[in-house]
Amino acid sequence: MRIGLFATCLGDTLFPEAVRSTAVLLARLGHDVVFPPEQTCCGQMHVNTGYQREPLPLVRGFAEQFGDASIEAVVMPSGSCAGSVRHQHGIVAERYGDAALRAGVAGVQAKTYELSEFLVDVLGVTEVGAYFPHRVTYHPTCHSLRMLRVGEKPLRLLRAVDGIDLVELPEADACCGFGGTFAVKNADTSTAMLQDKLGNVAATGAEVCTAGDSSCLMHIGGGLSRLRSGTRTLHLAQILASTRSTPYVMQTDQLSEAAR
Amino acid sequence: MSSTFLGMPAAPPRSPYGTGNLRGERKFPAAAHDELRDEQLRRNLGKATRTIRGKRLDVTAELPDWERLRDAGSAIKTDTMNRLPELLQELERKVTEHGGTVHWARDGVEANEIVTRLVQETGSDEVIKVKSMATQEIGLNEHLTSRGITAYETDLAELIVQLADDKPSHILVPAIHRNREEIREIFRAAIPGVDPELDSVPAHLAAAARAYLREKFMTTQVAVSGANFGIAETGTLSVVESEGNGRMCLTLPRTLITVMGIEKVLPRYQDLEVFLQLLPRSSTGERMNPYTSMWTGVTPGDGPQEFHLVLLDNGRTAALADEVGRDALNCIRCSACLNVCPVYERAGGHAYGSTYPGPIGAVLTPQLAGMHAAKDDPNSSLPYASTLCGACFDACPVKIDIPSLLVELRHQHTEQSGTTAEKLAMKAAAQVMKRPRLYTAAQKAAGAGRVVAGRDGRISHLPPPFAGWTDSRDIPAPPKQTFRAWLASAEGAAELRAAAEEGARKPGHDGEQVGPGRNGTHVSPGRDAEQVGPGRDGTHVSPGHDGEHVSPGRDDEDGDQG
Ligand code: SF4
Repeated sequence: MRIGLFATCLGDTLFPEAVRSTAVLLARLGHDVVFPPEQTCCGQMHVNTGYQREPLPLVRGFAEQFGDASIEAVVMPSGSCAGSVRHQHGIVAERYGDAALRAGVAGVQAKTYELSEFLVDVLGVTEVGAYFPHRVTYHPTCHSLRMLRVGEKPLRLLRAVDGIDLVELPEADACCGFGGTFAVKNADTSTAMLQDKLGNVAATGAEVCTAGDSSCLMHIGGGLSRLRSGTRTLHLAQILASTRSTPYVMQTDQLSEAAR
Repeated sequence: MSSTFLGMPAAPPRSPYGTGNLRGERKFPAAAHDELRDEQLRRNLGKATRTIRGKRLDVTAELPDWERLRDAGSAIKTDTMNRLPELLQELERKVTEHGGTVHWARDGVEANEIVTRLVQETGSDEVIKVKSMATQEIGLNEHLTSRGITAYETDLAELIVQLADDKPSHILVPAIHRNREEIREIFRAAIPGVDPELDSVPAHLAAAARAYLREKFMTTQVAVSGANFGIAETGTLSVVESEGNGRMCLTLPRTLITVMGIEKVLPRYQDLEVFLQLLPRSSTGERMNPYTSMWTGVTPGDGPQEFHLVLLDNGRTAALADEVGRDALNCIRCSACLNVCPVYERAGGHAYGSTYPGPIGAVLTPQLAGMHAAKDDPNSSLPYASTLCGACFDACPVKIDIPSLLVELRHQHTEQSGTTAEKLAMKAAAQVMKRPRLYTAAQKAAGAGRVVAGRDGRISHLPPPFAGWTDSRDIPAPPKQTFRAWLASAEGAAELRAAAEEGARKPGHDGEQVGPGRNGTHVSPGRDAEQVGPGRDGTHVSPGHDGEHVSPGRDDEDGDQG
């Protein structure tokens, strides 16, 4: 299958390892991975903060870069960016775009997937040949859970990972408090939510807290780092791309991945 | 004959906004800041919302047709809003036919005056009240007090709130922020003749309230209620409650005055079948509520002999004019969205500054009362009091897509706010993001963020307005290499080539043999020029060297700024 990889602006800039792992994983599964180099950002932050005119060029850009019929699926390591493409691009195009853009958006929306749903629903795989001998807990991010309805898919992928010790996160479906600009505009409430999430993560005794969104992981990871906690965050793709021959090398420092 | 062309009709002027308790004094973040420090409040809220969440999930999961009930509820409500005027007129006709009197109130001020006049006409200076959001919204109790009329709340939690001179913090459990000890203190201080030895055993507290209220029920001649439903087809009004105090108020006094928001009308009697299942299961987590009262006009010799229905607009027509926002009028006030909301659970109801707290409050309040009454209107902060986690949408029995409404209200807010620093920043960000070249440069600049990071690669202090983030969380310093730089590097190319070779060795998981070279394209970028380049139809397959690409695509021209 010919897959268009959308790195997401956050992934490209701050969390490249999650995107690298996604590319490697998909290639390893035998697929053509292409990276349209003009891609930048899906515009989610704009729309969620109340700006719908400003991201119009971003919506158009996305539809143009991934619209080509030779790209059979657009895959991204982010539930919230996939949610933005599927649920918000249409709103922006409807309001400020023209008929051509609306058609383009509809076409690209229909083939856009978050990584776990792409693997399970489209490729029909849960066992991807991963090896990750660590204690892991999974936080289902809100947009993957409630916008995309990925449900158990990430957990099915994780359960099939060789050597993994997967522990359930208490109150897993509670929001971590990130919410994009919410974390800045309502920092106190966001912090209160984060603290409860961190408490639940700590209760699992996991070495790794994983999720399908680098943004939420940045939030949870930022909190764990501040607490100098022994748990670190890692994107789901990084666990799935870790194999016996090229295992993920655990670093003790929470944020060391980005700091490399 | 010539006709005069008047041009395109302009949008009709928006209906006036509502008045009353629909605006706090401070913006949400400031109010929440203080509420969050109340450990007692947080504990009570956490405990209560968690319990009720569990109960609700149990009783909704046991119904095989729950999702279809939700669909039905949503459809009936949407149909109602689409023909609200005719349904209200039908309701008026039916209520009048059955001996009731209907009054129309444009806003809270008018409604308060109508109710006051009606009470004064009975000669009474006291009324008993059934818990009602509508009268709370218009500040009826305060208004009656100013006219020398005393209103007694008869719902236990409302009574606690009233005796403490407090404000409700939850639609359904107004005193959710109080614990037993506090309630005992409130009763001892405010109920005349209460046992000074009263302890905090719930049954004893309830008995003390009951003794106090019984006397009010038996002696007061006028009751004021809200309504959960008003049936257009029959003129029947309905109140759903748990304590029986409502039944007392609705049956014992001589005069009954009901204040009902116009969105509470339902077309048919049969529609109750849907809502009497949706409401109790969503609100209290019960299969059925203990008391459901229904009355149609007046019945000679039975119950109140005088019945007045006050139909309240107070901003509802303004909300109805909003194509997206009008969905909020479908709300049946079950409070399920409050109980699942992580923001409400922490900040509590008072932080919203309105009669309507929580997710529904955040979308309803700005629509009823506006969010640009003055510069820095506190209501303008309400649509932002959410992470858009979507728990409310999942819980809502009439499927109101609250996150989408919040996003829409945020949009309306930025559209009406003129030029702000935030808007300029958003514009600038979009300008950069739409130009890949500028974007790559900005990524390099972000790499400069490494300079402010500590040696361990974390950033612990950012200046305002981002200080809120670093108060409790670190932020990682940007990595040395972006994804696209890695992709264009020799290391990236080698790693991807190895992965592709591995992929080529095993059959594709979708049954077909896939691998490099199919369709004349390649799996991954490499540095060999022959492998890189524009693909079919001018799309690029992959980046060339050092992130620069040969692009037949758009130049850096501005997009349509609409
Ligand atoms: S918005 Fe929905 S969940 Fe919230 S109170 Fe109204 S009906 Fe209930």
